[in-house]
Amino acid sequence: MPGPLFLSAHGSRVVCDLFFAQGWAPSRSLTVNRFVLRRCIIAAQAHHILEMKNIAIEFPGVKALQGVDFTVHTGKIQALIGANGAGKSTLMKILAGAYSHYTGSIRMDGQEVDIHTPRASKAQGIEIVFQEVDSALVPSLSVAENIMLDVMVNKMGGRQWINWAELHRSAQAVLERMGVQLETRLLAQELSLAQKQMILIARALCEEAQFLVLDEPTAPLSIAETRELFRLIKELAANHGVGVVFISHRLPEIFEICEELTILRDGQVVTCQPTAGLTSLQVVEWMLGHRFSETYPKSQVPIGGPLLEIRDLTAREGQVRQVSLRVNAGEIVGLAGLVGAGKTELCKAIFGALPVKHGEIRLRGAPIQVRTPHQAVRSGLALVPEERRKEGILVEEPLFVNLSLSNLAIFAGFLGFLRKAAEKLAARRIVAELAIKTPSEQQKVAYLSGGNQQKVVVGKWLNTDADVYIFDEPTKGVDIGAKHEIFVLIGKLAAAGKGILYASCELAEIMGITDRTYVMYDRTIVKELVTADTTESEILFYSTGGK
Amino acid sequence: MAAKAQTPIRLQVVNFITQWGTVLTILVLVIFFAVWMPPFISPSNLLTILRSISIVTVIAIGITLSLTVNGFDLSVGSVATLADALVISAFVWYEFGLLPAILIALGGCLVVGLLNSFLIVKLRIPDLLATLSMLFIVEGVATTYTGGGSISEGMPRLDGTETFGKLDPVFKAIGSAPWIIVIMLVVVLLVHLFLNQTKHGRYLYVVGGNLEAARLSGIPVERYRTLAYVLSALLAALGGVILASRIGSSQINAGAGYLMPAVAAAYIGFSVGGAGRPNALGTLLGAVLMGVLENGLVMMSVPYYSLNIVKGGVLAIALASTYFRKK
Repeated sequence: MPGPLFLSAHGSRVVCDLFFAQGWAPSRSLTVNRFVLRRCIIAAQAHHILEMKNIAIEFPGVKALQGVDFTVHTGKIQALIGANGAGKSTLMKILAGAYSHYTGSIRMDGQEVDIHTPRASKAQGIEIVFQEVDSALVPSLSVAENIMLDVMVNKMGGRQWINWAELHRSAQAVLERMGVQLETRLLAQELSLAQKQMILIARALCEEAQFLVLDEPTAPLSIAETRELFRLIKELAANHGVGVVFISHRLPEIFEICEELTILRDGQVVTCQPTAGLTSLQVVEWMLGHRFSETYPKSQVPIGGPLLEIRDLTAREGQVRQVSLRVNAGEIVGLAGLVGAGKTELCKAIFGALPVKHGEIRLRGAPIQVRTPHQAVRSGLALVPEERRKEGILVEEPLFVNLSLSNLAIFAGFLGFLRKAAEKLAARRIVAELAIKTPSEQQKVAYLSGGNQQKVVVGKWLNTDADVYIFDEPTKGVDIGAKHEIFVLIGKLAAAGKGILYASCELAEIMGITDRTYVMYDRTIVKELVTADTTESEILFYSTGGK
Repeated sequence: MAAKAQTPIRLQVVNFITQWGTVLTILVLVIFFAVWMPPFISPSNLLTILRSISIVTVIAIGITLSLTVNGFDLSVGSVATLADALVISAFVWYEFGLLPAILIALGGCLVVGLLNSFLIVKLRIPDLLATLSMLFIVEGVATTYTGGGSISEGMPRLDGTETFGKLDPVFKAIGSAPWIIVIMLVVVLLVHLFLNQTKHGRYLYVVGGNLEAARLSGIPVERYRTLAYVLSALLAALGGVILASRIGSSQINAGAGYLMPAVAAAYIGFSVGGAGRPNALGTLLGAVLMGVLENGLVMMSVPYYSLNIVKGGVLAIALASTYFRKK
């Protein structure tokens, strides 16, 4: 390793070019080194500015982005924040070349560049590490192979043979530059999520990244892992001249490592400011803005005694940590929190669909065992899961089969023989009650609209006599009319003395229909609020890690 | 305009052929063979066909049950071999009566079914691989148990011990017409009712259709997956018992040859009547199709060793019609 030479130059180009010089053409390494080095010093000293100007993009029926300006400098860390659906991911996908039908321009140092394909994006030194790290890794290959994947695919030229020793040395060298301790011969599938992220960042460095976009990298990480990632990000920006775009929902993190933040709301830039001098509350106000207020059909129901009580619930793999909550009869309890806060995991853990390490669940004061959803249903719980098509309905089956999924036993007689006439009659009753738009109960659920499918998922629980209904993002992908009907239905369930746990990342919904709300952040409940006495800003403040 | 009007008709035709193609093929084949060789249509030959497909059908119904939970049971051939060995040895070596002998065979194979479920449901081995390993294990167990040889009445055991056990006359009747055909039809009918008219059948289909939705609806999915593999093994065992009665002895790997035709029958049956899912009546028709084809071709003096080419081809066509439309 030409250590001293290395240290004298900054910028990721140095790192990578040296690897190629060393790793792939050892015999010529010295001459190449000098040549590359000279080029690199020039490259590294140059300061680059990547600008997105007046970006707009439309998807059928939605203006996802309008007139967005966004700037990143090499050597700086730029935050990009916004509530769910504000357009952060869309903007970054444009930068990655994933869309070709946007308008506006992208400039590198004032020169307009054409980024309409992923290849063009890479050619400009832009690399993105998306949230789902597993989709970018080959689990059965080693760390070294995963780091050098793009190199092996694109930069081998005419060579057919792989020099394994050099491959591992090159990968090791990148990791050393990053200050990461990792055995390059390990398989990717044996790594933790944090380590997988490191591999992707290392791969980006090999691709001579000048601009690195990290899409919510800290969501799955522990505190120690987050600290390690921050050290690396700062190192990349300060010593390697990489421009970093950091997307996160967690405001304390943004204040810790970002110099500047850009806030998006409803597809437009609200503000772009240095982080110094800002407060969390101000940022939250910008994220929310003043929205059109929808009306919510909140019915006032007398609230009874405790139905569901949960104490100290912790999921086996840490997806939920030490959660305690209570749902009373007739009460609609909100579970607020941003995407990735652990709401879905909590819903599933309560329902026995996620292995639980410890914790106590009581229903009507009596402790219940919920190790499988089967036991949960028998105890009197019902879950309307988030992923409707994957977890809630059978799209290939007719309506009546879906509506009797959870309560088929009541239609079964001697030897389990079904009374299908009764089953269909009950289905017709639910179809009428929920106003499901369908020609008949024989219709395949695949042909129903999203909102009607959602009503089917709710409808299958109506005959089970459950005590507590858990709703996980029930309005996702549902039109306004159907949303309203779902709210009315939830209100009716509450009026019938059921307990409702309503998880949503839509703060307006939480404000609109709940009596009381728990706020989740980083896989645990951080705050309990009475809905009538709180505001959207306050909920968002706690959702983003405010204390 | 014309093109627009044609599309639905073409689609209808395609749908009709996928739904009733099996039945149509059977009819066409029967007419073709009957015209070509009038003796084909004689009652005694039709009875022969039904008799010849009985064992395949019973085993194929077992596979159908494993398919309902979106699984697969490759071990059925070996299980039939094991049942053959168990039931014949119970009669010949240990001089058991009819009922104990059959119960021993079914009980032994029940254990195999439970092992299959354990590997698949608890250890999470993919079904094809789990039952593939059971195919080997059970075949080995059966061969080891019989000492690598065959068993029949009056034949001394491998260590030279004389045997005096006789096959029960009722047992002998099981494998001959009309009883063999009656058993087959009863099995098809019972499983058809079970799958379509009972809660449990519905749950099996739901588990196979969307495992996660089934689980989150409160269905005990592991229990139903276990049930499917256990029933599959039991039906394979029944097939093995009938086979034992038919050949009157225990032979090395006697059941192995039934795996492929049974798989074919089950898959051919998928689309019958627009079911689009594994179903008992479809499986019966699939077996009938294979039986008619085999019988007719043999009568036309196609050498028996070439029949597998045709049978494999039919399976490929059936699979193509199932999967091609799924896109």
